[in-house]
Parts: sequence; C-alpha cells; structure tokens
Amino acid sequence: MDTLDLSRLQFAVVTIYHYFFVPLSISLAALTAGLQTAWLRTGREHLRDLTLLVGKLLMATFAVGVVTGLVQEFQFGLSWSAFSRFYGDVFGPTLAIEGMLAFFLEATFLGLWFFGWDRLPRLAHLATIWIVAVGTVISAYVILAANSFMQNPVAYRMNPETGRAELSNFLDLLANPVLHAAFPHTLAGAFMTGGALLMAIGAWRAWGRRPVVGRALGADATAWRTLARAGAWVTAVGGAAVAVTGDLLGKVMTDVQPMKMAAAEALYTTETGAPFSLFAVGSLDGSERYFSLEIPYLLSFLGTGDIGGTIHGINDLQAEYEQVYGAASYVPWIPVAYWSFRLMIGTGVLAMLAAAALLWLSRRDRVPGTAVSGANDGAANDGAADDGAAGSLARLVTTGGRALMWSLPVLPLLPIAANTFGWVFTETARQPWLAFGLFRTEDGVSPGLTESEVLASLVGFGLLYGLLAYVWFRLVMHLARQDLGGSPSAPHDQPDDAGAAPSIAPAY
Amino acid sequence: MDLPLLWFGLVVLCWVLFVVLEGFDFGVGMLAPVLGRDSGQRGAALRTIAPVWDGNEVWLVAAIGVTFAAFPDWYAAMLAGLYLPAVLLLLTLAVRGVALEFRGKKDSETWRRRCDLALAGSSLATAAAVGALLGALTGGLALDENGDVAGSGMARTLGVLAEPHTLAGAVAGVLAALTLGATYLGLRTTGPVRERARTWAVPAAAAAAAAALALAVAGAPQALAVAALAVAALVAARAQREGWAFGLAVAGTGLTVAAGFLGRFPVVLPSTLEDGWSLTVDGAAASDVALQTISVAALLILPGVLAYQALAYWVFRRRVASEPVAT
Ligand code: HDD
Ligand code: HEM
Ligand code: HEM
Repeated sequence: MDTLDLSRLQFAVVTIYHYFFVPLSISLAALTAGLQTAWLRTGREHLRDLTLLVGKLLMATFAVGVVTGLVQEFQFGLSWSAFSRFYGDVFGPTLAIEGMLAFFLEATFLGLWFFGWDRLPRLAHLATIWIVAVGTVISAYVILAANSFMQNPVAYRMNPETGRAELSNFLDLLANPVLHAAFPHTLAGAFMTGGALLMAIGAWRAWGRRPVVGRALGADATAWRTLARAGAWVTAVGGAAVAVTGDLLGKVMTDVQPMKMAAAEALYTTETGAPFSLFAVGSLDGSERYFSLEIPYLLSFLGTGDIGGTIHGINDLQAEYEQVYGAASYVPWIPVAYWSFRLMIGTGVLAMLAAAALLWLSRRDRVPGTAVSGANDGAANDGAADDGAAGSLARLVTTGGRALMWSLPVLPLLPIAANTFGWVFTETARQPWLAFGLFRTEDGVSPGLTESEVLASLVGFGLLYGLLAYVWFRLVMHLARQDLGGSPSAPHDQPDDAGAAPSIAPAY
Repeated sequence: MDLPLLWFGLVVLCWVLFVVLEGFDFGVGMLAPVLGRDSGQRGAALRTIAPVWDGNEVWLVAAIGVTFAAFPDWYAAMLAGLYLPAVLLLLTLAVRGVALEFRGKKDSETWRRRCDLALAGSSLATAAAVGALLGALTGGLALDENGDVAGSGMARTLGVLAEPHTLAGAVAGVLAALTLGATYLGLRTTGPVRERARTWAVPAAAAAAAAALALAVAGAPQALAVAALAVAALVAARAQREGWAFGLAVAGTGLTVAAGFLGRFPVVLPSTLEDGWSLTVDGAAASDVALQTISVAALLILPGVLAYQALAYWVFRRRVASEPVAT
C-alpha cells in the first residue's frame, strides 16, 4: 500500500469508528430528554430511574464520541492538507461554526445536566438536557453540509489565480439538495441505533434469556418493559423514516451523481424500466452476471419516481465523463458499492422488523417467547397444551419469540452496521472524486507525508480505539446489569454546602 | 475592518483559553493521585473538574476549527508538518477524556484505581504534548515554498521533538499545568486535599519561575514577565491567598501562550528554511466571504458561549469536600 491507500484506510477507520458512537449520542441525548420530560410530567419513579440509566449510557458514549471527534477535526490537516488548502475556504467555516455553535453547547450543558441534579431548579435542569439534544442535531446538520458539498459541490467559485474553491455564500451551502435529504436520513438512522440499544437492554432485563412468565416482578419489571417497548417504537418508527428519506436521497443521488446509482446496481448499460437487483453472483469486476434475483421496475422507481424512468449505465456515464473531465476511469469499486448499498438496507430493515415483532409479541402485558401474558402469574407452562392449527401457530409464535430473545445481544449491531454500510457506500462510490467533479482523491494527500508516518498513526489509532471499544462495551454491560435506582453514591460525593444530602447526585 | 487581523487575535484567544482552562484540568489529573490519599479524596479532587473539563476542551476544537476557517494554509501546514506529534497528542487526549469520564460510572475500587492511573499518566503526557506543540510552532517548521515539510520516514515530523523550542515548551506545559492545578485545587476543595494542594502550589510555582528565568537568560527576555508572575503566585500561595495564587498562575500561563504567538507577528508560522516562506497573517488568510461568514457567526455565538460557560462555573462554584462526611 502506498501513502494514498494508507491514508484512505486510516480515514475510513477513524471516521467509521467515530460514527459508531455518533448516532448513539444523537439519539440517546434526545431519548434522555424525552424520558426526563415524561418523568416530570407524570411523576412516576421508574421514569426517573430510566432517565438516569439512559443518561449514563449517553455520558459513556459521548465521551468516546468527543475524543474520536477531535481526531476528525485534525484529520483533514494531518493527511489531506492538499485537499484542505483546496477547499478550506468552504469547509473551514462549517467546522468553525459547528465548534462554536454546537460543541460548546453539547459539552457545557451535558456537564451541567449530569452534575446539576441538585444545583438547578427542575425546569432549568430539564432544559439543559434538551439543549444537549439540540446541540447534537445542529452538529449533525453542519457536518453533513460539509459532506454534502463533497457529493455535490455548491456555493463556491473557483479562484483562477490560486486554483482553489472559495465560498460564495454560506446560506447556499446549507441549501444543498443532498443535505436536505441526507440530514433527515442520517437522523432517522441515528434514532434506530439508540432505540435498538434500549430495546435490547430493556427486553433482556424484563424477560431474560429464557423467558419465564413473571420473572422480573416488582417495580423494576415495569421500568424494563417500558424501556424495551419505547426502544422498539423508536427503532420501528426510525426504520420507516429511514426508508422514506432514503428513497428521497436515492432520487437526489441519481440526479447529481448518476454514476453512484449505476454502481450501486452494477448497471452497465442504460436501462428504461430498470429492475432492482436483490442478490447477484457475477464476475469480480461486476461486468458479467451469472445469477441475479430482481424486482422488476423498482430501480427506475427508486431513482426517478417513475417505473418507466431511465437509469444511466456505467459504460455510458464513463464515456460521458471522459468527454468532460478527460481520459481516466470514473468507475468506483463496483462490488463494494453494490454490496454495501444492499447490506445497509438489509441490516436496517432487519432491525426494524425485529422491533416490530417485539412490539407485537409484548403487546398487552404479553411476554415474548411464551404464549401467555405476564399478568397471568405462575402459569409458566408454555401454554401449548391444546393441539390443532391454533396450537401449532401458538407454538410458532412462541418459538419466534424465543429466537428474538436469543438474538437480543446482536440487535443493536444491526443499525450500527447499516449506518456503517451507508457511509462506506456514500464515500467509496464517490471515488475517484473527493469533491465530485472538482477534485480527485489522489490529489488530496498531504505532500511530503511518508508511508511510515501513516502506518505508525494507523497502528496507534487502531490499538487505542480497540481498547476504548472494549472498555466502553464493558461499561455499558455493567450499566445494563445494574438494578435500577440502586447505584449507591459514596459519602464523599457530598458537596459541603449545608450538608443537605443530595437526592440523586451522581457518584463520582 | 481588518478581518485577518481580528481572526488572528481570536485564534490566539482560543489557544490561551484552551491552555489555561485545560491546564488546570491536566494539573488536577496529575495531582489527584498524589494529593488524594484514598479513593474518596481523589474523587473529590476530580469532582472539581468533572462537570467542566469537556467545555474547556472545546476551546481546542475551536482553535483548530477557527484556524481552518480563517487561515486554511496555516491549518494545513501546521498539522501536516507536525503529523506524528499531533497524533500523539490526540492519543493522549483520548485516554485522558475517557478515563475521566468513565471513572465515576462504575462503583468498584479496582476500576477507579485504574482510571486514576490512566488519567494521571495521560494528563502529564498531554500537558507536555500541548506545550511541545506550541513550542514547535513558535520555533517554526522546515516549510518549503509551498508550506510543506519534506523528509523521510518517521523522522520527518518527529525530528522537531528534539528542538530546543519544543523541549522548552514541553517543560513549560507540565509546570504550568502543575501550578494551575495545585492553585485551582486549593481554591476549589476543603479538608486534606486543600491542605496538601496549598503545600504543592509553592514548589510548583517556584519551578515555573525558575524555568521562566532560565528562558530569559537563554535569550527570551520577555520570559522575565512570566517569571515575575510566577514569583508573585508563589508568594500568594505561601500567604494562603488562594484566589490570588490561581489568578496569577492564569496570568502567567496566558501571557506565555500569547507571547509565543505574537512574538513574530505578522508571521503566523515561521519557516526555518527561508524567511520568505514563512506563513503570514495576510498570506494565509481565507477569502473575504469566508471571513465575513465566520465573523457574523462569531459575533452571534461567542458572547453566548462565554456567558453560559461562566454560568457553569457559577453553578459549580462551591468547594468540594474532601474530608470524610458522616452519614
Ligand atoms: C451525523 C452526525 C455527525 C457526523 C456525520 C460527524 N459527527 Fe462528529 N460529532 C457528532 C455528530 C457528527 C456529535 C453527535 O455531535 C458528537 C458525538 C459526541 C459529541 O461530542 O458530539 C460529535 C463529536 C465530534 C467532535 C468532538 C466535539 C466535542 O469535543 O465536544 C468533533 C471535533 C467532531 N465530531 C468533528 C467531526 C468531523 C470533522 C466529522 C466528519 C468527518 C464528523 N464529526 C462527523
Ligand atoms: C460521519 C461522516 C463521514 C463518514 C462516516 C465518512 C466515511 C468515509 C469512508 C468510509 C471513507 C473511505 C472511502 C474509501 O476508502 O474510498 C471516507 C473517505 C474520505 N472521506 Fe468521508 N465520511 C464522512 C464525512 C466526511 C466529511 C465531512 C469529509 C470532508 C469534509 C470527508 C472526507 C473524506 C476523505 C478526505 C476521505 C479519504 C479519501 C477517500 O478514500 O475517499 N468525509 N469517508
Ligand atoms: C430502507 C431503505 C434505505 C434506502 C433506500 C437508503 C438509501 C440511501 C442512499 C441512496 C444513500 C446514499 C446517499 C448519498 O450517496 O449521498 C444512503 C446513505 C446512508 N444511509 Fe441509507 N438507505 C436505507 C436504509 C438505511 C438504514 C436502515 C440506515 C441506518 C440505520 C441507513 C443509514 C445510512 C447512512 C448513515 C448513510 C450515509 C450518510 C448519508 O449520506 O446520509 N440507511 N442511504
């Protein structure tokens, strides 16, 4: 691998890693705020306990998001200084504004929230967590504006003297059509992720690995059940939103980056009424197909909104781009584009279906994996006593519920995978461009950067990030296993003011 | 109005705020295991920074982001030219943030002890790294006419670590953090931690004064002012005037950082190869539209940021008790 490939690999590794934590931070902030609001409105104790739990998950996730985000902020100068010089005028202001507008809000108010339980009036305290939530959404919007520029450059003019892109109007940068589709899509994906985490933790604690009716009785049972169902609702609704907004995004993409859509489909020749390929086996470069499973007309509909719409093929686009940009290959890496696009949709849809199934199986006090309702104490036999069609259906539902309960540990990984595949697709299928039609990836690397430097930093990030992921995972498991409301706060936590014992001061 | 000049001032302001505010965070991180005899006392020391450290760190995000926006060439040359040292800084910062944030989330002695150790080590390393980086920037990099540093292997960007400016910066970073941390803890805690912090503030300030004096003798007479401030902090610490001692430590640190940036004005990043290749305020500035955009944004946003950060310090203004509390 040369410096370029290593730099690309490093960028992909640290960015994808950052994006494991980002969607969780975005969604958990809003969900904590929602839970706290619900608690203050209803006064139910278990909602307070859940607020604290989700808030701690948020704090742990946020910390990793912050330290890996710092790396992101430096990345563009470290390995991509040529690109930074080329479009720093456009990108710089977004980063500066994101920092000033969003990160200060998030960081300052999260500290106020976590340590301010007994220091702030109730409503002011509630406001702090809502401010954090708004901050995360603002930062998502602004950074996506920068990324959307790379997909579809707008709001710039070329300076003929320096050969660099200069900002022409910041508001136009925010009016990028790609941004308006990518932002809701990303947000919906983020909510699926946080929802799936809460759903898995709640269901695990409420009904256990081998569901037994009446297992988690007492006050906690209500809380865990609430958490499981709330998480499932968020994931299911997020899944619907991701599909609607993904469809919009697909249309915008077909419009501004037709080569990306063609790559996503491995569509070599222009087609009218093109089918959507679900699965294909072909030669490695994708130029020949041995087997393919297709849904007729769907691709045309996704791309243009019309089943008779025309989707341009790779070969035609290549010829067209050669005319415009000169002789070179403008075809991205087809197998990666094809599969990452499908896997994004596949893993995301799977998470949504699992959430919907859990909602249905736990309806009206039912316990997933058993055939009876949890309110029906003691009746722990699987309720499959009677035979016949109804009986075998019941057995099927029970088995399905059990399978779902067994799969809980991997459920949160599904939307995380979907997010990752989404970005891998977005970024690799933009190649060979860094900024589409303007600037090539191979021209972006820092001049003078040496292979051994990139290798050293890649190893350093890899090792440290691995360690962080492990510690984060252990901490989340620990928090998920704790009894609610039972985290004892040590005596030294108490501040010296008037000796008033804090009611919910966080342990430190 | 001269926008590049204004933004140069704001970049310096961001760095000053970052070094001062995170300076005491690093100092507290280093001193907690020394000043706290048990997990409770260490927790009390760390509790003084736990609610605010993240907001403090964002000043680094702002410094880098604002440099990118207002001076893209400076951003590119600085980070690409200091590649490996900057990566090291990022790695130590990552350990520091996570150790601090994870410590209180699990009620286990082993867990807390490990977090404390990781925090102390990474705080020390980060304070040294920040100082070294700023020192290297003051001394300049081997920039060619395009603003790039050439060289082979890892030595390309690691070499600068052996330069006198860089080493002096690392020492200054650690001493400043220790002085800031000890005086801050004296101001923010009660009981045994406060007592011990007071005794540590004196030698820390003395060491900082000695280092500044050495720098002045070595040919940077401006450092005399810093030495004077450090001596004053020492006197205040001995007299147990905690507020004064902390304030003077802040002034000395801020002055050092500002002097480092302003010393070669209008050069923002000197080239050690050829004076004409140095980056200047006007040469590295972004376009008018970009500068106007961030100026409007800063005018609207920054006063609010300063206000709510001050509010956070006000909310957590009470001292943290480090003596055992009867329950
Ligand atoms: C869709 C949303 C989104 C996307 C695409 C990115 N980030 Fe991010 N970032 C966030 C959403 C976010 C966040 C939710 O706002 C975080 C997570 C934890 C946090 O502190 O804020 C964050 C943290 C975070 C921080 C630390 C902030 C702090 O210290 O408080 C920085 C500097 C960045 N990011 C920068 C970037 C860059 C340069 C990206 C582009 C490659 C990027 N982020 C992608
Ligand atoms: C959360 C947001 C983002 C994610 C998850 C993401 C993801 C990725 C991935 C997976 C790659 C590897 C592509 C490859 O190897 O071909 C990549 C490459 C890259 N992306 Fe992004 N990206 C994000 C945002 C951005 C933004 C905002 C920018 C710049 C303003 C950017 C600039 C780049 C650059 C410079 C590369 C390296 C060159 C390349 O290989 O394509 N990315 N990104
Ligand atoms: C259900 C149907 C879905 C469709 C039709 C769809 C469509 C798309 C398209 C066309 C892109 C490329 C955008 C571009 O290149 O500019 C994209 C990107 C992306 N997708 Fe999806 N997607 C779907 C599901 C999901 C799911 C379930 C998730 C995650 C939970 C997800 C997360 C992402 C992310 C994070 C990106 C990259 C960021 C962005 O550009 O918005 N997608 N999606």
